[in-house]
Amino acid sequence: MLEHFSFRVIGQYMPLFLRGLWATCWISGISIFFALLIGIIACGLRLSKGRFLKKIAGIYIESIRSTPLLAQLYFFYFGLPTLHVNLNEVQTGILALALNSGAYIAEIVRAGIVSIPSGQVEAATAYGLNYLQRMRYVILPQALGVTIPALLGQFIVLVKDSSLVSLISVLELTRAGQLMASERFMPAEGFFTVAAFYLLIYYILKYLSNWWQNRLIYMEGH
Amino acid sequence: MIAIYFKGLIHTLPLFFKGLWITILVSGVSLIAGTALGVICGILRTIRKWGISRLMGFYADYMRGVPFLVHIFIIYFILPEVGIQLDPFPAATIALTVYAGAYISEIVAAGIQSVPKGQMEAATAYGLNPFQRLRYVIFPQAIRVILPPLVGEYVLLVKDSSIVSVIGLTDVTRVGWLTVQRIPEGLMVFGLVGILYFIICYPMIHLSHYLEEKISYESQ
Repeated sequence: MLEHFSFRVIGQYMPLFLRGLWATCWISGISIFFALLIGIIACGLRLSKGRFLKKIAGIYIESIRSTPLLAQLYFFYFGLPTLHVNLNEVQTGILALALNSGAYIAEIVRAGIVSIPSGQVEAATAYGLNYLQRMRYVILPQALGVTIPALLGQFIVLVKDSSLVSLISVLELTRAGQLMASERFMPAEGFFTVAAFYLLIYYILKYLSNWWQNRLIYMEGH
Repeated sequence: MIAIYFKGLIHTLPLFFKGLWITILVSGVSLIAGTALGVICGILRTIRKWGISRLMGFYADYMRGVPFLVHIFIIYFILPEVGIQLDPFPAATIALTVYAGAYISEIVAAGIQSVPKGQMEAATAYGLNPFQRLRYVIFPQAIRVILPPLVGEYVLLVKDSSIVSVIGLTDVTRVGWLTVQRIPEGLMVFGLVGILYFIICYPMIHLSHYLEEKISYESQ
């Protein structure tokens, strides 16, 4: 059958694929934005002094990391209507993706902050820098610098994970492939095209991540 | 109403345990096969000859870049067209094995490369053959770097195994999906599904953390 691989039909379906690609991009983009917010807040709570807040952040992070995203997605999809919270499929998907990635981002940010030697803060204090200046010129440049490759890695995972929202019938890239596969009985054309688009996104993000890492090494050398 | 649903859920509990067994089975088999595949590909990845390392790099990139959902659709729906008909269980196992193998190969390759080059040269000078060098010199040292992320990868494997429910394998997630059609209490049903996964994954995550701390402590 693979000798009948039909580029013509892929061409016909290209508008659908591009719509799906666009949906995948913006769903992932919005999700990573909220995930960053959630992650930074959760990390702040976890490193805070309040025992209660610390506990809550810990439970959130551990329970997300120990359960699959698909179960979380179904949890919200089937569970929210019973609480009379009516979100549409896209919103439910974004909620699940953001909460899921937020837990991982919290761990990434924590690792970044912990990685800065305490001597740095002490030296900055001795230089007479105040709290904001220390954050702005000493801690954050180093913490963010080391976490950005990991955050981009998490973004790659998020883009891949966003394929799961196709299972609650959101039209995105994977769903576009499924539609083509079922309408034309052409699973090979449909899913290989989808895979190619995902690889394209992956290589762009990987290139960015490598570029940033090289820049870091360069900056450290100077 | 909730009490009735709760009772109904208690009655379907045996189904959930059956599903849990399928989840454990499919991830267990792929865990063993994936580790074997990953170790072989990881060793191949360190060979800088005939483009082998580049080929293995593409394999890892492909699995890193393409969602597991698409990957399992490719195996389940496209292989039959080239004449390989697979039941859901073997299809799920193969998909998970190949997927985990790619990640494990990267972990193994990083572990091997973490061993100083002088070790390899010294082993060669001792007259050990390539197999002996790996077996007695490289692996005992590399295993310390490999083990913590490897356990972390196993957690991902168990979690990714939830996605095989889409091709009709009745694992825990699929049991939850089927149950929620009759008992429309999504929070309760998928809360239970979550708890079952939690029981497996939580100890594994802590094992990974423990190994990491133990090894970084020992190397000080």
